[in-house]
Amino acid sequence: MSHATVDLTGTSVLARFIVRRDRIRIVVWIGSIAALVAVTAASVKGLYPTQADLDLAAAASKGNAAAIAFSGPAQGLNTVGGQVAFQAGASGLVVVALMSLLMIGQLTRGEEEAGRLELLRSLPVGSAAPTVAASMIVLTMNAVVGALVAGTLLVEGLPVAGSIAFGASFALLGLVFACVALVAAQISENTRVVYGIAGAVLGASFVLRAVGDIGDGTVSWLSPIGWVQKTRPFAGERWWPFLPTIAAAAGLLVVAEVLAARRDLGSGLVPPQPGSRTASPALGRPLGLAVRLQRGSVIGWGAGVLLTAVAYGSIANSIDDFVRNNKTLADMFASGGASLTESYLATSMRILALVGAGFVIQSTLRIRGEEIQLHAEPVLATPVSRQRWAMSHLLVAAGGSVVLLAIAGLAVGISYGLVGGGVAVVPGLLGDALVYIPAMWLMVGLTFALIGLVPRGVVAAWAVLAFCFIIGLLGGMLGLPRWLMDLSPFEQVPQLPAAHFSVLPLLVLLVVALGLGVTGMAGLRRRDIG
Amino acid sequence: MTPAIAVSGLVKTFGPTRALDGLDLIVDTGEVHGFLGPNGSGKTTTIRVLLGLIRADAGEVELLGRDPWRDAVDLHRRLAYVPGDVSLWPKLSGGEVIDLFGRLRGDLDQRRRDELIERFELDPTKKSRTYSKGNRQKVGLVAALASNAELLILDEPTSGLDPLMESVFQDCITEIKGEGRKVLLSSHILAEVEALCDRVTIIRAGRTQQSGTLAELRHLTRTSITAETNRPAGELADLGGVHGFEIDGARVQFDVDNDQLAAVVSRLAEFELRSLVSHPPTLEELFLRHYGDELARERALTRGDRNDQV
Ligand SMILES: Nc1ncnc2c1ncn2[C@@H]1O[C@H](COP(=O)(O)OP(=O)(O)OP(=O)(O)O)[C@@H](O)[C@H]1O
Ligand SMILES: [Mg+2]
Repeated sequence: MSHATVDLTGTSVLARFIVRRDRIRIVVWIGSIAALVAVTAASVKGLYPTQADLDLAAAASKGNAAAIAFSGPAQGLNTVGGQVAFQAGASGLVVVALMSLLMIGQLTRGEEEAGRLELLRSLPVGSAAPTVAASMIVLTMNAVVGALVAGTLLVEGLPVAGSIAFGASFALLGLVFACVALVAAQISENTRVVYGIAGAVLGASFVLRAVGDIGDGTVSWLSPIGWVQKTRPFAGERWWPFLPTIAAAAGLLVVAEVLAARRDLGSGLVPPQPGSRTASPALGRPLGLAVRLQRGSVIGWGAGVLLTAVAYGSIANSIDDFVRNNKTLADMFASGGASLTESYLATSMRILALVGAGFVIQSTLRIRGEEIQLHAEPVLATPVSRQRWAMSHLLVAAGGSVVLLAIAGLAVGISYGLVGGGVAVVPGLLGDALVYIPAMWLMVGLTFALIGLVPRGVVAAWAVLAFCFIIGLLGGMLGLPRWLMDLSPFEQVPQLPAAHFSVLPLLVLLVVALGLGVTGMAGLRRRDIG
Repeated sequence: MTPAIAVSGLVKTFGPTRALDGLDLIVDTGEVHGFLGPNGSGKTTTIRVLLGLIRADAGEVELLGRDPWRDAVDLHRRLAYVPGDVSLWPKLSGGEVIDLFGRLRGDLDQRRRDELIERFELDPTKKSRTYSKGNRQKVGLVAALASNAELLILDEPTSGLDPLMESVFQDCITEIKGEGRKVLLSSHILAEVEALCDRVTIIRAGRTQQSGTLAELRHLTRTSITAETNRPAGELADLGGVHGFEIDGARVQFDVDNDQLAAVVSRLAEFELRSLVSHPPTLEELFLRHYGDELARERALTRGDRNDQV
């Protein structure tokens, strides 16, 4: 057996090839993370020009458990650096983790699943070379992100130690999730499942640090995101919490190596099971096929939304407690119309809806995926029209989005109800989630319009979602102009329970969704398949 | 009766690539029609136009007397298709895929399905991800052959099959032919085309080069002759229509254009013929000769060599 010596022949050729092939993706990831930090830094300086402004902001945030749940521990908030770390920290760290796990998943298991790795391995290329090349690329991407983040803050004139600590947080957190994805890539032969496993770890990390940060901070130690935030950039840096981060990455790498040695090329850890001899009655219509193909994906996203929603719901109660202990704070928020808990719940629903929109886009893009993988061709050679075939996947996407929103509403409601809110909150919170249905369907329509009209440019759907995420999470903090924020369909949805219900925007969203859907269908009917 | 497939002057471009450049194809009712051409010559593209998956830029296309783009759904009730690249959903088993297509087409015949699975020795419980190439191809074949469709469109249906399965396939097509159904068979396996097809169309670079029965095509080319004579027959080399002449004592070997065959053979008799073996060209020879000549001519042209060949 050859796994005692690691054969790296061809690594650098492969790495150069990846850089060439994926250069746009690499640049977009790195550039958007750096831009996020740069924009935040500039906006913080603009919003809080004097120390008095900063002190005021710090006082407000310190008591804002909702903001803490979504952003991070309140540390050093009376400094520009501390505010930047607070506002761009959590979302930036999540994005760098996503970058790492998606890149690793695609470059390792994705290539293997597509059968391209087999071809490579038949060349004089060492057995470890493809994985090492992919890891080198992602490691470098993380290092560049870290350097750019630190550099941007230094250019903005922020303290050196804090800037370096903040940049290093990005680089090292990315490294940990690259290693998480490497382990996941050994477990399953399906790239989507790899993303699911690594994404679940990321979701759990986020929730654990949210719970910890609202409480006394102990629970945050269970989360890699918590570790890097414990280095306290701009708030009296300490460096040793980087150690568990590096240790975790190294440990995961060893695990991945051990697992890799136990499996064959193209397979996962679980040997394939025989399937059914005949098809079930449902598998005889396009809709049955679409449901069967997307079942796993709905379950995966459903589980992710469920866990996140349960976490959000249980945190809601701590916010109640928090407010009860702070009379002045309660007054302050009450005067604004909505209570802190209500606005927290409204933000939770918005984030859950945005997460669910990830499923919506992935599910709608399945239409294009089936086309590219040549699965659509034999189906369309049977008496199934293009419309019926596309509609089957659209129904799964639209229906799946309702299921996800229902899970989100019920899970937030029940978990909040059980820990203190009382079961009476459940129906209301279910409604607060379902109100996002029109926005979700608009995303279905938009993605489908891209498929029908510009099949080669469908990735733009993901860019739209990223835009909606930025608007939804940071729009308020960054002080973006209203018209820009209004472009996101999620901004048009009444922020229940913190706002009043109104039906008109929902109708408008539905009409736009329908119009986009019809446009997409017209495009698909007219163009070539393939 | 209208032909099963009637294509004339078909043009399809993909950006700068002119994949089809005025292609003609006629498949008559009740025939198995071979569709031949080098890689990239436009066979799959033609088939995708016939299935209404892509739209022709110009030309007339009729499938079973109707427009394949406009009437796709109705037409697909009457045909079955095996793609050149059988790409299956990795999580579905072969049995599930076969049933799915049967039901989508609306004519799943359980008995026939099971019989075909048996004949092709296919394990229908395996997940598609785990099939070998040949077995993946069998799934596509069984799914199409299990139908009662009046027209079968097969794009390289046996690539990857072992010789045993190849003969099972040929038996199946012979049966289908016996039932009076029509088949369009694109293939690179010329022995298969020779065994099954009534007529063939040979295309190149998106254009039809030749079309007709095998006998007609043979007639357009040469017959190989090996003969022994009592008197050396060296003079034959100068006759019109004789190619590749070789003489070895009493033995001569050459190819002769079929329209000169009678004249050449009667000249041969004058040299006191002792034995004569003649064989018509195989399709393979036909194909190679056709494209071999063409390639040689192209090369000659690019070299600027004006030495014209036949
Ligand atoms: N979707 C497409 N986009 C661009 N070019 C295409 C497309 N489909 C086919 N072509 C081009 O059209 C030409 C004909 O291809 P086609 O697949 O029809 O050949 P073929 O005769 O089936 O070849 P083979 O014997 O290799 O299967 C080729 O040059 C191919 O590159
Ligand atoms: Mg082809």
